[in-house]
Amino acid sequence: MSPLLSIEDLTVHFKIRRGLSRKSVDVVHAVDDVSLQIEAGETLALVGESGSGKTTIARAILGLNKPTAGRIVFEGRDLAALKRRERRAAMREAQVVFQDPYSSLSPRLTVRDVIAEPLRAQTKLSGAELNDRVLELLEMVGLGTQHLWRRPHEFSGGQCQRIAVARALALEPKLIVLDEPTSALDVSVQARILVLLKELQRKLGFAYLFIAHDLAVVEAVADTVAVLYLGQIVESGPTELVLRDPRHPYTRALLASVPSPDPELRSELGIIKGEVPSAVRPPSGCRFHPRCPFVMDICPKEQPELRETSGGRRLACHLADDFAFPPIVRPEGDEGAASREPQQRSSGEGGRPEADEPPPYGRSMKEALFGSRRKARLVPGSMADRSERDT
Amino acid sequence: MADLLEIRDLRLQFNSLRGTVKALDGVNLTVREHEIIGLVGESGCGKTITGLSVLGLLPRPQAEYTGGEILFRGDDFLVKSEAEMEEIRGGLVSMVFQDPLASLNPVFRVGEQIARVVRLHRGLGKKEAREAAVAALERVGLPGSETILGSYPHQLSGGMRQRACMAMALSCDSPLLIADEPTTALDVTIQAQILRLLLDLRERLGIAQILITHNVGVAAQACDRVAVMYAGSVVEQGRTAEVLKASRHPYTTALYECLPQDKKAEELTTIPGSVPDLIDPPSGCRFHPRCAHAMEVCKDVKPEPTPLSDEHWAACHWVAQQEGVA
Repeated sequence: MSPLLSIEDLTVHFKIRRGLSRKSVDVVHAVDDVSLQIEAGETLALVGESGSGKTTIARAILGLNKPTAGRIVFEGRDLAALKRRERRAAMREAQVVFQDPYSSLSPRLTVRDVIAEPLRAQTKLSGAELNDRVLELLEMVGLGTQHLWRRPHEFSGGQCQRIAVARALALEPKLIVLDEPTSALDVSVQARILVLLKELQRKLGFAYLFIAHDLAVVEAVADTVAVLYLGQIVESGPTELVLRDPRHPYTRALLASVPSPDPELRSELGIIKGEVPSAVRPPSGCRFHPRCPFVMDICPKEQPELRETSGGRRLACHLADDFAFPPIVRPEGDEGAASREPQQRSSGEGGRPEADEPPPYGRSMKEALFGSRRKARLVPGSMADRSERDT
Repeated sequence: MADLLEIRDLRLQFNSLRGTVKALDGVNLTVREHEIIGLVGESGCGKTITGLSVLGLLPRPQAEYTGGEILFRGDDFLVKSEAEMEEIRGGLVSMVFQDPLASLNPVFRVGEQIARVVRLHRGLGKKEAREAAVAALERVGLPGSETILGSYPHQLSGGMRQRACMAMALSCDSPLLIADEPTTALDVTIQAQILRLLLDLRERLGIAQILITHNVGVAAQACDRVAVMYAGSVVEQGRTAEVLKASRHPYTTALYECLPQDKKAEELTTIPGSVPDLIDPPSGCRFHPRCAHAMEVCKDVKPEPTPLSDEHWAACHWVAQQEGVA
């Protein structure tokens, strides 16, 4: 069976134009050579920091951005080759829910009109039939009929997001793009929206393209995940595989940066230095090399190919597949940290004269953070490195 | 360690046209010297208002304190005059906010903005103030500061802006920093760097911090102690591990259960109902309509803190009953 959506070598560049002649002076490499597939009924998550191209990919699928190169094949049809009218019909099958629930609903429309709008535009439903359908949708997302005549400002963020979901469901799409659907919401509301989304998917069988930066959310909802960095896929594959045993240093860095809610597990905060570089002039070779703790000579020279490894994983990294990464999180006061301490001392680096001395304040911050000194040193000039020298 | 700041039974209401918003309903919070305490809760629970109250930044007469005190080393901030508060803000307590772009002035260079704080508070001359600004920037991990001093806020990245804000807040060596969602607007890798910085500031300079956050993970990783707020009061407070791993208040437990960590979407639990409207808050314990353990007494009487260990307490009738206190 061919996949529901197949993206082949998608490239989206934006030209920066300046001056009276609107001459193109620079090019933003928003998305470069991205290939993805979504099967019917599955959830694919796109993960990455701001500027990684997540939203650009989604917008290209929805026809809101024009691809510079590459093909987007939806249900076996190349979207770029379709005529305007055919394209419009095809787009019934792909709907979207945006991040900010307030700005994605018109403040002037009542809930009924918001949900009825796609039905009016794309179907011949009217009168009682239209009403019934709107009520049915409202019920599906867990809102009562008393909300029908209210306007978006009367609702909480979670309720607005439910209305946006109802609108996306109206045309019975095969694919729903969820662009950070819960990042504007509180955790207790987020949990409910995620439960709702999963339940609807089970009942109605559509696929999700789930865009998120919160890896915990991704782990909860996605079947497969693709990690993006500066417009390119660095690692993708089944969620369990990629997030439980990441093989790309960037995926590991992302996971390590997420603060664990379990205070007994120590996240390696701040192991990754610097910020995402500009997409106007992306770094040579592997785009992650300036921030990579494991950078090698080859990395700035040659771009690693996205190659298939085991278990359906795709990986773009020059490191060997079986490279032994240090652990991402570990229990507080783990021996791993203790065994690394002596190395640190004998190597004569690190400014603290008496490492046995308890830290000046509070609980042992050294164990919590500098337990990973060995790794921190791999990142010259990083904050860990600096603070050691300062003390 | 000694108490740096103690908020006792702080009550605050806003007088609005729609009615009186009972925003804070008896907030109890203790901040020790050199510690990071997390103030955790969902939107609208009063975290930020508590922080702003410490600095006396809420507009009066709209904001009306109906009780309680804010003791900084034994000195009540609520009875200070505006002129005295001017000295306190930046001098004793400073604050960084969620959106660094909105808290920096877009038309002045970053260096000028930091230097101005130092000149106002410490009465330094132009040249010395500039040096102080460089030192402050270096302290927050922005070296090569000459270029940053001369930049406008829009020329910096989000992480650098937040560091610049923190440099400004720390430029007068205040012993207490209130960080209001300092990482919420940032990407995770930058968030991790800023959290590292907060821990680092505490370790190197001994700056006590109130870290206001809705992110339980941030609190778990950065704080010594955690206070959980719901609808205007602190419901549970204690060491981070006690509050998060051995929580007793039903709200803390429910909040922790909502986190998607290591769960499939089908396993996520939710809290029934929604956050109450504080114009007409529930009587008694404000959490009782959503609480799985609600009893008759919860509807009528606001629960007092029940001590659970030397640091840990929870304000809940159900917990009190279990402990055999009630």
